[in-house]
Amino acid sequence: MGLFDYFRSKRQSSTAAVAKERLQIIVAHERGSGRRHSPDYIPALKRELLDVVRKYVQVEQDQIKVHVDREGDYEVLELNIILPDDDGPPKGRAPAPTRG
Amino acid sequence: MAKIIVVTSGKGGVGKTTTSASFATGLALRGHKTVVIDFDVGLRNLDLIMGCERRVVYDFVNVINNEATINQALIKDKHCENLYVLPASQTRDKDALHKEGVARVLDELRQSFDFIVCDSPAGIERGAMMAMYFADEALVVTNPEVSSVRDSDRILGILASKSRRAEQAEEPVKEHLVLSRYAPERVERGDMLSVDDVMEILAIPLLGVIPESPSVLQSSNSGVPVILDEASDAGGAYGDLVARFLGEQRPHRFLSVEKKGFFKRLFGN
Repeated sequence: MGLFDYFRSKRQSSTAAVAKERLQIIVAHERGSGRRHSPDYIPALKRELLDVVRKYVQVEQDQIKVHVDREGDYEVLELNIILPDDDGPPKGRAPAPTRG
Repeated sequence: MAKIIVVTSGKGGVGKTTTSASFATGLALRGHKTVVIDFDVGLRNLDLIMGCERRVVYDFVNVINNEATINQALIKDKHCENLYVLPASQTRDKDALHKEGVARVLDELRQSFDFIVCDSPAGIERGAMMAMYFADEALVVTNPEVSSVRDSDRILGILASKSRRAEQAEEPVKEHLVLSRYAPERVERGDMLSVDDVMEILAIPLLGVIPESPSVLQSSNSGVPVILDEASDAGGAYGDLVARFLGEQRPHRFLSVEKKGFFKRLFGN
C-alpha cells in the first residue's frame, strides 16, 4: 500500500497546493482595496492620465498601471505606461515619487 | 502600563476562545496580573471554557451602563492566582457595546492589570470592532484552511486601517499569527496548507502552532483551559506560545509527524 500511495501522490497535484494558489490570488485582489490600502483617487487618476497620454499616443486601457507603495514613512506613486511598438521607443516608464 | 491584546480571527470556530482562555491563563501563571474579557455579547462562552459559568453575576455591559462596578463584575479564576474574567452579557444585543463605554472600562482595568486580553466574537460587526479597536497587539487565530486564511487577511486589513492606533497614526497594532488545529500528517500528505504556506500568504510573524488535539475538547468539556493540561500536545504548544510572547526563545514543536515507536505501531495510540 505504501508503494501504491507513493505513485498515486506523484500523479495527483496536492489539494493544499491548489488552496495556496487560490488564496494568493484572492488575497492579492482583496488587498488592492483594503489592506495596505491604495487611496481611492487611484481609479480617477488612472482615467485622467490615460486621457492625457491619449492626446499624444494611442494606448489601450490596460496598458497603464498605477501603483502606490509604502516605503518606510513615505509613499511612492509608481506609474507604468506601455507604449505601442510602432511609435517611438517600445516602452516608456515614468516612476514619479509624490507626497512625503 | 497595561498591554491590551485582542484575540481575533474573523471566521468562527477556529479557536479564539480556546486561545484567549489559555493565553490569559498562561500569562497569569507566569505572574502577570491578567484579565480576560468576553466581547461576544449575546453569545458568551468564555465563562464556560474558563469554568466559571455558575459564578457570573454581573457582566461587561452592566459595568458599561454603570449598573455594577468593575470589581463586582470581575470573576476571580479558581485555577490561578493572578487571573480574572469579565464575562459578556448573555441577554443584551451587541449595540450595548459602545466606544466610550468600552474605553472607560479598559482605562479602569489598566490601573490594576498588566495584561488585558480581549476575546473577540467572530465576524466584523460591533463586538469584533470594539475588541480590536483599542488593541496594542493582536493574536490572529487561523486554521490551515482557505476560508479561515482569507478572513484572517481581512482582519489584518481592519487592524491596519480601523484600529485606534491606525486612526491616531500611532505605531501599528503588533500582529501575531496563531495557527491552530494543525495536523502535520495531513500537511505531509498534501491535504492541508503548511505553516510556511500560511505565513507566506498572511506575511505576519508566527507566535505559535497549536496541533489538532483531542485534549482541547476534553479541556472545554471540563472547563479547564487546555494550557493547564501540560502533558498534552496542545497544552504544551500554548505554554510555548505564552513564553514566546513574553520574549523567550522556544523552538516550534508539533510541526512534523511524530515517529511512531514499535509498540505504538503495534498497539495503536
